[in-house]
Amino acid sequence: MACIEASGLRKAFGATVALDGVDLRVEEGRILGLIGPNGAGKTTALNAILGLTPYQGALRVLGRDPWTERDLLMRDVCFIADVAVLPRWLRVSQALDYLVGVHPRFDRAKAEGFLAKTTIRRNSRVRELSKGMVAQLHLALVMAIDAKLLVLDEPTLGLDILYRKQFYDSLLNDYFDRSRTIVVTTHQVDEIQHVLTDLMFIDRGRIVLNCSMDEVEARYQEVTVIPEQLAAARALRPMYERQVLGRGVLLFDRGDREQLAAMGEVRRPSIADLFVAVIGNQAGQTKGAAR
Amino acid sequence: MNMQSNVMPEALSQTETAATVTIPASRRMLWSVRRELWEYRSIYLAPAAVAVLFLIGFLINLFHLPGRMHAAGGSAPMQQFEMIAGPYNSASELLIMLSTFIVAIFYCLEALHGERRDRSILFWKSLPVSDLETVLSKACIPLVVLPLVTFAITVVTQFAMLMASSAMLLATGQSAAPLWAHLGPLPMWLGLLYHLVTIHSLWYAPIFCWLMMVSAWARRAPFLWALLPPLAIAIVEKIAFGTAHFGELLRDRIAGAPMPGTASAGFGPMKMPVMMLSPAGFLISPGLWVGLALSAIFLLVAVRLRRYRGPI
Repeated sequence: MACIEASGLRKAFGATVALDGVDLRVEEGRILGLIGPNGAGKTTALNAILGLTPYQGALRVLGRDPWTERDLLMRDVCFIADVAVLPRWLRVSQALDYLVGVHPRFDRAKAEGFLAKTTIRRNSRVRELSKGMVAQLHLALVMAIDAKLLVLDEPTLGLDILYRKQFYDSLLNDYFDRSRTIVVTTHQVDEIQHVLTDLMFIDRGRIVLNCSMDEVEARYQEVTVIPEQLAAARALRPMYERQVLGRGVLLFDRGDREQLAAMGEVRRPSIADLFVAVIGNQAGQTKGAAR
Repeated sequence: MNMQSNVMPEALSQTETAATVTIPASRRMLWSVRRELWEYRSIYLAPAAVAVLFLIGFLINLFHLPGRMHAAGGSAPMQQFEMIAGPYNSASELLIMLSTFIVAIFYCLEALHGERRDRSILFWKSLPVSDLETVLSKACIPLVVLPLVTFAITVVTQFAMLMASSAMLLATGQSAAPLWAHLGPLPMWLGLLYHLVTIHSLWYAPIFCWLMMVSAWARRAPFLWALLPPLAIAIVEKIAFGTAHFGELLRDRIAGAPMPGTASAGFGPMKMPVMMLSPAGFLISPGLWVGLALSAIFLLVAVRLRRYRGPI
């Protein structure tokens, strides 16, 4: 059974189509990065998966219909919807008490263990914590839940680089094992590049790229072309070209590695560059990069 | 012995794993109600503060009691009753008005609006608690918790007042017996409890549930949205038919007025001996059941709205 299975997923707000027939399948044990420009439909897609919004089309999450079975689904699904959704009046100890009270898979000792690594005090209220500490607290709560699917929507927005790095490090080291599935959206694409196993680009409610990171590696090459070879390289029909320090950097889809190696330095493109190339081509023009 | 001790831990761990898979709805409800008390501390702080203020005023006033009791010795029993019971009635009335009604109104308007305004609804919805459970746990506050809190605080306050009065009377060489005889604390408190359950919980239920529905629906200014529709209906009725039935209906609802079996508006609960209140008459009044049916509809709409509404 796939963790998330959607076909023909559609959602419109009035005349604005947020999701335009999305088909997706996320297998168990994957870490999927859902990347897209602002307003592409990422959050709408996640909201549909989490049972926060009604939709058209077929969608099953862990075999359940999220819209009608949200409360049951939430036993096995966790999400951090945003950095600042913990109620500001809540004390850390109250958050722990409440989760023990209502969540069958919450392990208080585990949460205490994660919190012990931070400087968060038990009797603090959320409003007294810094933004980074609130994110740490939320992550500690979520990681102490033995869930099958974790959904993160811009979990590190507005955090400094230290907190961001720590966030993904603890997620990988302390939480992820091959039986869990994580879906994450973020604009800090490069920071999660090494974390992901799968990559999905979404633009204007449609999925424009959907492949594993291994496939990305095998499929795309970025070449910093020697100036003399530029015309020859361009003849190989790169999907995207940009200038870096006066040199042409060309991105190829399924290029011939040997042929490309002769033209310059070949490496794996960063997700951000791939994103710009794919979304830029989609739009027929270069949109704002997701950096 | 050995065998038993071998069996026991296994049985324990089995029940433990069974318990970790599901949590009974009653426990989720209980914790959700506790959560409301964490968030809205005015539920118990406001009536407690009023009680303390009243007690201070009462203690100052107490110095005149011996003289009043002395003067009341010769007057008619009913006047005597009024004089002695006066402060006790106004104490409980004040507390009821303030805590059960005002706090309840503001709580209901905030209950399903605040969580959307501060986006915390996204956190609450990430937990395995259904919208129905959430709305019901919030409805428990004005319908169950506030009347009980009011009752407990009023009883404690009035008991403290009685003890202080008695001590004062004894200290000045008078008997405290007439005070206790006239007041009769037990029937007084039973009457209070009856009043709280019938009026503040059951009779007012549609008001509270309406407010909760509006707080789940309104994007902003739930207070205005709660007031405008009833006002509009009353005005349209006045213009169209020249009548004021809807307004009268609302007035009766808020005043708890033409209710068979209970005290009329403005007539304190403690002035009615318990025996005169007829629970049967209250239970068969159509106003009660129509109100409860409306309450159920309002709550179900609120549940549905909470499911659809996200942060604002």
